[in-house]
Amino acid sequence: MENNGKHHIVPYKTHITVLLGLIVLTALSVAVTSIELGPLTVTVALVLASAKALIVLIYFMHLKFDNIIYSIMVAFIIFSIVSIIVITFLDYLFR
Amino acid sequence: MEQTSGNTHIHRDDEASKIGMWLFIFTEMLLFGGLFIVYSIYRYLHPVAFELAAGELDVAVGTANTVILLISSMTIAMSITAMQKGNKKLTIALLGATLFLALAFLVNKYFEWGSKISHGLYPGSDRLHEFGHGDTLFFGLYYFMTGLHALHIIIGLVVIAFVMYRVHREMVHSTKFALLENTGLYWHLVDLIWIFLFPLFYLVT
Repeated sequence: MENNGKHHIVPYKTHITVLLGLIVLTALSVAVTSIELGPLTVTVALVLASAKALIVLIYFMHLKFDNIIYSIMVAFIIFSIVSIIVITFLDYLFR
Repeated sequence: MEQTSGNTHIHRDDEASKIGMWLFIFTEMLLFGGLFIVYSIYRYLHPVAFELAAGELDVAVGTANTVILLISSMTIAMSITAMQKGNKKLTIALLGATLFLALAFLVNKYFEWGSKISHGLYPGSDRLHEFGHGDTLFFGLYYFMTGLHALHIIIGLVVIAFVMYRVHREMVHSTKFALLENTGLYWHLVDLIWIFLFPLFYLVT
C-alpha cells in the first residue's frame, strides 16, 4: 500500500500554460475550418482535436506523471478504436 | 506522505481504484468511439446533407462551450494540486468554479437546443422529414451524441458536488484524495469527448 498518497504535484502554472495551449488550438481549429479547404477541412479539424486530446490526457489526466502502465493501456485503447474505424472504412470504401 | 497504515485494519489501495476508474473511462471511450464510427459512415454516405446541416449549428455557441469545458478541466485539475498542498479552502473554491462552469455549459446547451427545436429541427419533425435522409441522420446523431454528453455533464455535477461535501467534511484530505483524483479523471473524459464532438458537428461544414 506504499503507493497511497505518493504523488507528483503539478504546479498551478503548468495548468494555466496547458489551458492557454488548448485555447490557442481551439481558436486555430475554428479559424482554419472557416477557410474553404475542401476535404482537407476534416483532416485538419481531426488532427487539431487529437492534439488537444493528447494534451488533456498527458497533463490534465496525469499520464506524464503516473506509472507507465496507464499510458500503455490508453495507447492500446486508442489503437483499438482507430483500428475499428479504419477496418470499417475499408469495408465501406471497397465493397 | 507514506501511508503505512500498520496500526489500522482499513484496507486502502488508491492505485487499484485509479485503475478501476481508467477501466470505466475505456468503456466510455469505446461507447463514444462507436458513435463516432456511426457518424463518420453516415457522413461518408451523405456528404452534402451533412455539410449543409452542420452549417445550421452556431459555431460561436459551440466555441464558447468548448472554452468553458477546457477552463473547467483546468479548475478541477488545479483543485487536485490545491488538495495535495493541503489547501482545503482553495480546493473547495476550485471545485465550486468547476460546478459553475458545468452549469454554464448546460445553460448554453439549453438555449442552443431550444433554438434548434423552435426552428423545427428535432428528431421526427416535419421540417426534417422534408429535408430527407441525410439531415434526419445528422440531427438524430447531433441530439443523441450531445445529449449523451450532456447527461455525462449532469452526472459530473452530482459527483463533483458529492466530492465537495467530502472535502468539506475532511473525508477527502491531502493524504487521501483518490476520490477527488478519480472525479477529475471523469471530468477530463467529459472534456475529451467534447473535444471531438465540437469539430465534427460545428466546424466541419
